Amino acid sequence: MARIIVVTSGKGGVGKTTTSAAISTGLALRGHKTAVIDFDIGLRNLDIVMNCERRVVYDFVNVINGEANLRQALIKDKRTENLYILPASQTRDKDALTKEGVERILNELAEDGFEYIICDSPAGIEHGAFMALYFADTAIVVANPEVSSVRDSDRILGILQSKSRRAEQGERVEEYLLLTRYHPERVEKGEMLGVSDVEEILATKLLGVIPESQSVLKASNQGTPVIHDTESSAGQAYADAVDRLLGEDVPHRFVTVQQKGVFQRLFRRSA
Amino acid sequence: MTLTSNAAAADTPHPASFVLKGGLFPLTLLEITRYDRTEFERDLENKVAEAPAFFQQAPVVLSFDTFHEEAGAVPLPELQALCREYGLIPVALRSADEALQAQARAEGLPLMAAGRGKTAPNPPSAQAPEEEPQVAAEEETHPHSPSRLVTTPVRSGQQVYAPGGDLIVLSSVSAGAEILADGNIHIYGAMRGRALAGVLGDTTARIFCQSLEAELISIAGSFKLDEDLRGEHWKQPVQVHLDGESLIISPLA
Repeated sequence: MARIIVVTSGKGGVGKTTTSAAISTGLALRGHKTAVIDFDIGLRNLDIVMNCERRVVYDFVNVINGEANLRQALIKDKRTENLYILPASQTRDKDALTKEGVERILNELAEDGFEYIICDSPAGIEHGAFMALYFADTAIVVANPEVSSVRDSDRILGILQSKSRRAEQGERVEEYLLLTRYHPERVEKGEMLGVSDVEEILATKLLGVIPESQSVLKASNQGTPVIHDTESSAGQAYADAVDRLLGEDVPHRFVTVQQKGVFQRLFRRSA
Repeated sequence: MTLTSNAAAADTPHPASFVLKGGLFPLTLLEITRYDRTEFERDLENKVAEAPAFFQQAPVVLSFDTFHEEAGAVPLPELQALCREYGLIPVALRSADEALQAQARAEGLPLMAAGRGKTAPNPPSAQAPEEEPQVAAEEETHPHSPSRLVTTPVRSGQQVYAPGGDLIVLSSVSAGAEILADGNIHIYGAMRGRALAGVLGDTTARIFCQSLEAELISIAGSFKLDEDLRGEHWKQPVQVHLDGESLIISPLA
């Protein structure tokens, strides 16, 4: 049985695609056959972050419409074994996604032996975002430590637990919170919401805290998922998050300013 | 479910003797499938014996949407009289049959547009109806236990309504969420959204919460907003009740 994980947030620009790239790469690095699907039809980015934009021939919508089969559209990652990308269409409209079409592709991926299917959701709560979350078993809700992002995450959690397939069957979607662009120094000064504030508001299990780091921007511009950058705090934080997703009990790092050494210097540089 | 602002009435020089307001009331449908006086009376008697309290002065809508025979032939006055005898008060008729509609007009009984009704709870089916928080008002409530229990957080954008009874939320209510009840509201978490108790006008309804951080609280139409709530009881466990026109917030001991 494939585990379908949606990476969602409601709000845009909080790091959904960065997270999708990092988590899917992390799962593949641990030996799990993983597919990552870009649901942001018309504004595809995942292929850029995964450095395969020039290898896109067929896309998600082509497969839904039967213009290509799944094997033709799936792009095998060059760096990581077991990792495949299904890019979004840049020229179509989000309405090209149908519930039946998405379900068929998810089933085909599961039959193909994929253990994890990561659905990279577009921002908003409209059709594209709904299609990305509808079939999810697990949701990773990405939020920044600021009030509007947390509010949108709350809204998306409500939709997950009432409108998804699991909700319709009377079950719950397993939900995780991932805080990104976290800046312990600014939290201490009271300029940013702290981890405990966000946890309290959202009442959701914390999957990880990704510190604000220049390595994230560098990684996405270079097309190398940041989890490959094992030197960076963000890369390590994503690696921890993947371990937690796989059920391991890993203590949270990069949450307080007490961190000394190389991570501290990285913080300063990015401030 | 209407909110009245107390200030508005005081400003006008000649206040009107009445106000028109929209109201939303849960009504029981009496869905009649066939009519034979003796049989109907016997069935009604049995039903009333099951729950006598429920049938005291209970307003019902007579519905013939699923009537198997010629509805026009039903003697409406006789049917109304039978209903009243057993404590039911017919307040409206729902039927597409013109002859029956004519009878209703003669009796002064209002007509209701045929709409989407719910079928009475059938013998427990294998597939129970799914819980859907977004359309909470549609949910079936049991006459003996009209309170509604919510065990999960009520998130921004969600609305939960407990028609005919109390609402109990075991978790927190987020900012941007709205919870409503005809009776009391109990929140065993933080109350950050909007809470409206006694929405049908029950002035004795109360709101209880573990941490008052609400955007709005209202009892029977009288309300207070966030700015009025940010006083000494902010983020404290409180109860709210109505004294005359004003909401009183007091700490939970």
